[in-house]
Amino acid sequence: MNLLWREALLSFKRTRTLSILSVTTIAFALFVTGLFGLVAINLRKAISDIEERVEVVAFVLRGTPTQTLAVAIEDITAFPEVLSVRYVSEDEALSRAREELVEFREAYDDLEINPLPPSIEIRLRPGFRDGPTAATIAERLNGFPFVEEVRYGRDWVEQLDRLRTIAGVIGLSIGMAFALVSIVIIGITIRITVLHRAREIGIMRLVGATDWFIRGPFLLEGAIKGFLGGTLAVLLSLLVFLGFRSQGMGLGVGLEFFSPLQILGFLAFGVLLGFGGSLVSVGRHLRKV
Amino acid sequence: MIRFHKVSKQYPTGTGAALQEITFHVGRGEFVFLTGHSGAGKSTVLKLMYAEERPSSGDVRVSGFAIPRLRRDEVPRLRRRLGIVFQDFRLLEDRTAGENVAYALEVTGARSDVIPARVARVLDQVGLSNKIDAFPRELSGGEQQRVAIARALVNDPQVLLADEPTGNLDERATRGVFQLLRDINDSGTVVVMATHDLDLVRDSGQRILELREGRLVFDSASDQGEAL
Repeated sequence: MNLLWREALLSFKRTRTLSILSVTTIAFALFVTGLFGLVAINLRKAISDIEERVEVVAFVLRGTPTQTLAVAIEDITAFPEVLSVRYVSEDEALSRAREELVEFREAYDDLEINPLPPSIEIRLRPGFRDGPTAATIAERLNGFPFVEEVRYGRDWVEQLDRLRTIAGVIGLSIGMAFALVSIVIIGITIRITVLHRAREIGIMRLVGATDWFIRGPFLLEGAIKGFLGGTLAVLLSLLVFLGFRSQGMGLGVGLEFFSPLQILGFLAFGVLLGFGGSLVSVGRHLRKV
Repeated sequence: MIRFHKVSKQYPTGTGAALQEITFHVGRGEFVFLTGHSGAGKSTVLKLMYAEERPSSGDVRVSGFAIPRLRRDEVPRLRRRLGIVFQDFRLLEDRTAGENVAYALEVTGARSDVIPARVARVLDQVGLSNKIDAFPRELSGGEQQRVAIARALVNDPQVLLADEPTGNLDERATRGVFQLLRDINDSGTVVVMATHDLDLVRDSGQRILELREGRLVFDSASDQGEAL
């Protein structure tokens, strides 16, 4: 084990320029992927903020007995898609309307009777905040005899569905393209390192080193480079993120950086890239000598 | 110790056969010169011995290993029983003489506490105990070749293979390296040395195998005539 670390660090030191070049290449490749990841994360967050406003509202016939409503609310709460159910009485609807629709406040004040019906507002669980689920719930609610009408903003919920699909497809394809490009660049960098040391590998085999004995230090070196590159990429992303947030003119408010778990995942990805790239490059080279 | 039986070798890119139906046997304790012009097949014979190449037909046995059927993962085990020396020394340039020799021990999984003493012993044997911390670039050609020989010796090999070991050396260094190989042979190690230095071969009184265009044309152990 000590031998493995010694050989890996020694080779790092011996090919210093090439090592720095590898780490920088890995860092920039991951940095670009990371920046894209940040955009994707914040886009997803923005969408989920909007999603929270997806709500199904059932307007209830006036004069429905409280007892009937209470039983129905209990039933609706038990739907697996439903997060919460709230009963809004006629009075509450009116006072809310006065608050929210300032322009019509006076009109509401002049009213002699309350035109607003009582309603049941249903919020959906995350993952169910989409058009088809809302439609299903609406259909079920229509089955209650005391329900007069159900609304869930069909148009904009469907728009949201489309936005989510587009963001998902674009995010996945660009993300994968960036990751692929990083893998290729990192592979090339590691390959240069291996070719640079081809003579050394030949000598190692001549004196009886097994393939794994030769491979070991390369893999460790690759993993270390991947880790350093990943760390550098996270720091660069953080710098860009902080810079953007401080100059974002309000855009930056509420922006999110990677969670600690995501940072760990990012570093693990770097280590995996360095390790995997070395495994492939050294393996390919060893088969030739 | 080494047995070639009707060995032929054809390289995929080559036009003619590199070796044709070579048969010979090297017994314990022998010192054998492998001679011939360049391109005669000397290096191919050595490469077959350390399993860098496999024969196209025929059988090669070295130290109990059957080369034609040797699996890739068995090659390191064979090479640890051999010592191999080249014209261009093949030292790891960024390691000292001592580290180069130690590396050959480390690959075998030798315990780290026994390595320094064994390295010191073989460097002493080749007359370089005072150069243990010198890098190859700080050594003369003859000294570098001695380090390579020390590395070849450190695992107590049964067979030492040397491919033109004096090809890059001046007259004095050549004599010194040759004497060293004879001393190693005296202690019981089989030495096979490929060379085209006929002066060295002629005066030595050792067994000679001569190759010409891939054929074994002379073996001083069996032939009466003198080909040189």
